[in-house]
Amino acid sequence: MQKTFWTATFSACCCLWAAIGAADDSYRAQMKGLDEQVQEIKSDVLSIDAELRRLEERLLYPSNTHVALFVALAKGETMRLDSVQIQLDGKLVAHYIYSYKELEALQKGGVQRIYTGNIPTGAHQLEVSVMGKLDGGRDYARSDSFTLDKGVEPKLVGITVAGGEAIQVGDW
Amino acid sequence: MTRAVHSTLGLGLTALLAVQPCSGGDLQDLHFGEALYYAHQGQYLEALERLDAELGQYRDLDEPQLDSLHFHVGEAQFSVGDFELNYRMHHRAGRAIKAVLEGAVDEAVRNEAAFRLARIHFQKDQLEEALHALDRIQGRIPESIRDEVEFLRANVYLASGRPADAANVLQRLQGADGLTGFAEYNLGIALLHDQRADAALEQLDKAGKIQAQDDAVKAIKDKSNLILGDLLFESNRFERAQLSFDRVRLEGPFSNQALLRSGWAAMSAEQYDRAIVPWTALVERDVTDGAVQEALLALPYAYGKLNVNGRAALMYGRALETFSAEGARVDASIRSIREGKFLKALVREEIRQDKDWVIRLRSLPESPETYYLATLMASHDFQTALQNYLDLEDVRKKLETWQRSFAAFEDIIERRRKNYEPLLPEVDAKFRELDSQIRLRQEQRNNIEKRLHGMLTAPRPDHLATADERIVRERLNEIERALESMPEASIEHERRRLERLQGVLTWQLNTQYHERLTEAYEHLEQLNADIAKMRSQYQAFVRARQAAMHSYVGYSAPITRLRRRVGESLQQVTLVMARQGRVLEMVAINELGIRRDRLESYESQARYAVADSYDRATRAQANAGGQQ
Repeated sequence: MQKTFWTATFSACCCLWAAIGAADDSYRAQMKGLDEQVQEIKSDVLSIDAELRRLEERLLYPSNTHVALFVALAKGETMRLDSVQIQLDGKLVAHYIYSYKELEALQKGGVQRIYTGNIPTGAHQLEVSVMGKLDGGRDYARSDSFTLDKGVEPKLVGITVAGGEAIQVGDW
Repeated sequence: MTRAVHSTLGLGLTALLAVQPCSGGDLQDLHFGEALYYAHQGQYLEALERLDAELGQYRDLDEPQLDSLHFHVGEAQFSVGDFELNYRMHHRAGRAIKAVLEGAVDEAVRNEAAFRLARIHFQKDQLEEALHALDRIQGRIPESIRDEVEFLRANVYLASGRPADAANVLQRLQGADGLTGFAEYNLGIALLHDQRADAALEQLDKAGKIQAQDDAVKAIKDKSNLILGDLLFESNRFERAQLSFDRVRLEGPFSNQALLRSGWAAMSAEQYDRAIVPWTALVERDVTDGAVQEALLALPYAYGKLNVNGRAALMYGRALETFSAEGARVDASIRSIREGKFLKALVREEIRQDKDWVIRLRSLPESPETYYLATLMASHDFQTALQNYLDLEDVRKKLETWQRSFAAFEDIIERRRKNYEPLLPEVDAKFRELDSQIRLRQEQRNNIEKRLHGMLTAPRPDHLATADERIVRERLNEIERALESMPEASIEHERRRLERLQGVLTWQLNTQYHERLTEAYEHLEQLNADIAKMRSQYQAFVRARQAAMHSYVGYSAPITRLRRRVGESLQQVTLVMARQGRVLEMVAINELGIRRDRLESYESQARYAVADSYDRATRAQANAGGQQ
């Protein structure tokens, strides 16, 4: 992080160095004033987003039927995850192909929400299929089945992929 | 040249502060992980949306320590500040970090917060506040930021006009891991500002010779050499200046300037032939670059000095054509910007997928307006304004999507209402009927439990009599009442029989009492299981009934409110975006105007020089002919 930070710092220095004769002071003042307004708009939008999210969740995913599936890579996992396919009670609910940026985000500890939906309380069959490439260049494909017990509270399920090992599914 | 040196020095000290999203580590909270997923992709609005919501919920909890975010709450609060900073929301970022700083947190966490706050202040040119925040760092400082804290302190000193203090701090940072090149270069600049010219030259020379693998370090090394060369040039040490310029890589961001200045250093040392080499390389490069344009005039000037006037004349001719063509391109660019094509090019999706979109923008066939804006686009103010424009465009699209979604929500709600409203009265009537039966049965069960509980302390065998036994007892009681009205003498035998039968019944009830009590409890347990099942079904029904109601009731007010807020924000975004766009266009046109003026000036110099060179070439030829 340290290196990246100062790289960014230096890039800015380079940019600034090259920026002789750039925007003059009157434009700079206008830009600054607009920057303040843009920050206010962003703040408003975030507040609207929070309210809208609550409304959507209440309307579309009531807690007693709410199910959300998340995909994560095991800590330190460096395999190339190409795709994840998920079936819930035999029905395909998600099929995702990862871009390089998304894969990198997963490798850095990010977690992807791959599916949000509604299921009734009770037991459900979850089938997770993963495709990718292991470090050595070998193809990796695996499918595992699990049983989900949906109670009256929202069900959050974490699916952890580790190359060469069984897919892990856990409640959160 | 002098102006260039000072501009370079002054601007070279300013640092843009960027932060990286923290790593999830051993993740315990999925929502926090989800926010990191977006942050790691540079989608800070999406990351903020999620983390804001998660932290909001966490703060509303009665027992937050039971929530999974509790394991990451410190990191999450920092991350919010980082995301806000990366999303160019400095005000909120500052507030978020201040909240950490003022909370009851560990010394190391507080020090890190103070450091981050100082970086924000420094970025906003609030130097006193930055120093104040740095002064709050006391006690244990996390190892990962220890050098960075000091480096920031040095930068703040330098920007505050305290180069001696900055130099002292930077002396201690020489060789610090992660600051290689930066600490050396900044020390050179600090010494220069502190009027210690010789020490500064020595330090910049050192910075220009460091071993570098990393691109950024290689670039700072180039920059050190460039500035060292400029300083040596200004003190008329041209040969040393040239050596310094020659150390700049030919493919780096400073190479054009280095080639140009190397040529001028050679010219100043009257080594005209040595100026030819760098300038010949430079004139083959991108003609929109200012250094290349200057070299187009400088190279024939050098040939003129070497008395190769014919070649010089041809080169001036080529320069003249180039300046004329470039002037036309600049004019076309200005027209194009006035037609609004610049802003349209900026928001093209395929460009923004690329992290080097500013560079890509230049190669778009339909956006000639960006050819000459590379310098401008590299400036911090313009970049911020551009990014703001793009952020507003994202926000506008988001708001428009939200606006459309309200109609879909209302449609869902209406369909649910139409489905449930006719069904619910009948369901409710049936439920009320069942509800009263359930209550009755529950009351009965409660009475039985109460009675059995009482029998543990006061045994009542009669309460555990079977139905047959109760009938027998009733019959015996009837017989007893009948015998009471008869003369005593005539019923002696019957009375004894009655007493014997009553005794048998009492014996049976008393001897089997404990067994029966146990059995009664077992039955109660079975009943409890049935009651629990019934309760669960009852609760499931109540929840389903509530869910049905909640699926279409209570949405109208929030939807109306949100629709209004989205509409207002959209208006505001459109307004600010138009202003922002207008400023960007004006600044771009202004910059292009400057470039056009410079091209016109070069063009007139070239025009005069062409004629002059031809004259000199003709005279030289005539002189040569005369001598023959």
